[in-house]
Amino acid sequence: MPEGKRLWWGLCVLSLGMVLGCAPSANRQVSVDGSSTVYPITQAVAEDFQATHPGVFVTVGISGTGGGFKKFLAKETDINDASRPIKPQELQRAQEQGIEFLELPIAYDGITVVVNPQNDWVDHLTLEELRRIWAPESSVRTWKDVRPQWPNRPIKLYGPGTDSGTFDYFTEAVMGKSGASRSDYQASEDDNVLVRGVATDRDALGYFGYSYYEENKDQLKAVPIDAGQGPVAPSPETIKTGRYVPLSRPLFIYVSLPALQREEVVQFVEFYLEEVPRLAQEVGYIPLSANIYSLVRQRFQQRRTGTLFQDHSGPVDLEKLLGGSLSQKE
Amino acid sequence: MSEDSRRFATKQDPTKALLRRNGRAPWLELVFHGLCAAVAWSALVVLAVLLFYVTKRGWSVLSWQFLTHAPSRFAHKAGVYPALMGSLWLIGLTILISVPLGVGAAIYLEEFARPTRWNRFLELNIANLAGVPSIIYGVLGLGVFVRWLQLGRSVLAGALTMSLLILPVVIIAAREAIRAVPDSIRQGAYALGATRWQTVRDHVLPAAMPGILTGLILSVARALGETAPLVTIGALTYVVFVPHSPLDPFTVLPIQIYNWASDYRREFHDLAAGAIVVLLAVLLSINAVAVVIRHRFEKYRPR
Repeated sequence: MPEGKRLWWGLCVLSLGMVLGCAPSANRQVSVDGSSTVYPITQAVAEDFQATHPGVFVTVGISGTGGGFKKFLAKETDINDASRPIKPQELQRAQEQGIEFLELPIAYDGITVVVNPQNDWVDHLTLEELRRIWAPESSVRTWKDVRPQWPNRPIKLYGPGTDSGTFDYFTEAVMGKSGASRSDYQASEDDNVLVRGVATDRDALGYFGYSYYEENKDQLKAVPIDAGQGPVAPSPETIKTGRYVPLSRPLFIYVSLPALQREEVVQFVEFYLEEVPRLAQEVGYIPLSANIYSLVRQRFQQRRTGTLFQDHSGPVDLEKLLGGSLSQKE
Repeated sequence: MSEDSRRFATKQDPTKALLRRNGRAPWLELVFHGLCAAVAWSALVVLAVLLFYVTKRGWSVLSWQFLTHAPSRFAHKAGVYPALMGSLWLIGLTILISVPLGVGAAIYLEEFARPTRWNRFLELNIANLAGVPSIIYGVLGLGVFVRWLQLGRSVLAGALTMSLLILPVVIIAAREAIRAVPDSIRQGAYALGATRWQTVRDHVLPAAMPGILTGLILSVARALGETAPLVTIGALTYVVFVPHSPLDPFTVLPIQIYNWASDYRREFHDLAAGAIVVLLAVLLSINAVAVVIRHRFEKYRPR
């Protein structure tokens, strides 16, 4: 049966090839994982980096900030994309594992509260009103429940699901406790679904990342938020100057210190900090100020490890925090 | 072919005979007949509609460049090359791992194993494994291959996980095929002085090959479209290079499709449709190759 024999030989040769092929590849790699919010920025940086640095291969995964930290702290990745500062439990685990890391802010993200363009009654919302709308067990059913002079129409809520970093951040900023939210709203991890929902429903109210609002400006109306200093609408200007509080947040990359012994990781992070002001803007985020970027670069050059957010939650002034930490230990 | 038409003919005949005899058909029979046909056709119609829409949307992005370029944040520059090659690597390795194991296990269970309690326990568990959800295999793969065996998030870890996933189906299909080989062939070989191994190698296996291959094709098609276990073991989202060895990181077409489909920019939804067309094309060509191989074996089939 020559046919059968040939098949056996073929299989043997292929298996041999597979075993030989198992020799570790000499590629220089940088592995990044983490937040889906930071992903577009890191992807853009990685794309441009690989165009100018042939021979270095950058991989980027999406596991969410928390999932990414798990891999980062298991020493499986070099860099973690994070849409929030490292949490105390994660910090503790890092210490247990003896992992030192650099915390580098790279851009701002703003959460935008949106309504349908045909909604002509909402001019702004106070933080207190937002809190009442989204509180767990909230009794708000109609727009009238929010403010008595508003129409007696049902309020239809759209928001990201619980796995999303945006959900964590919104609940933390508005409710003061991460994860505290009513659950009877239209939830989706896919921001497109939320955009479509709000854009087609006159009674809708939703929230998601600023970049999605930017992209769909013509179908949505952003709601100015009053956190005690008058209503502030989200815009690159108000986010950058820290006036759009508390719904704008810094985004980070966390770099493992041991990984920085590898030349390609150093090159990648340097390239990242160099190019991120331009690329963050290009993919829909808001760059930090030039001053802050230079502080971040200093922090990287001096290999300052640890987090600046150990006892901070909610909105922060990055410049003060970074500047303070650098001058303090000099 | 002729056998098929004969089968259909006998099925239709009684109705027609009644029609001829009574001048009218029993209405219940006609309704049932129509219902069955509608069910059979509706599956095909759904498939056709799906194919039509995907191809229509994806057609504009399909080009040589789409096949040879890496994904990019610019829709007009983006391609599926790393994902396509990742999928081919994964499938190739999966076949290499699961065919010897699967066919070997089937041969053992059908030709060598005695029906002891232990062997019955083994058989029962293989059948059970076929029903385990794929994400569970992903978790197992993460624990055993990625972490414990330190293979990392590599093609090899992915292929081993996929092999676990499809092995039960491969084994079951191969056993059915081996069981369908008439005993007279084995007895003929024994009568001529062949050993048990010679009988299996030269007569049973070639005769069972078409059936084994059918099972393999179905399994590979499943593995090709599977995403959940790969996401669990950490196949990546953004990779612009092709794996050079089984230990390199990788991405696959379904993950690339998911990533593009969930992007908020519309151009990327077209890219996703294009990638779906590529995935289907890969699937159909693997099927075509398998059909050709099957036909060659069928020619040698002892009768």
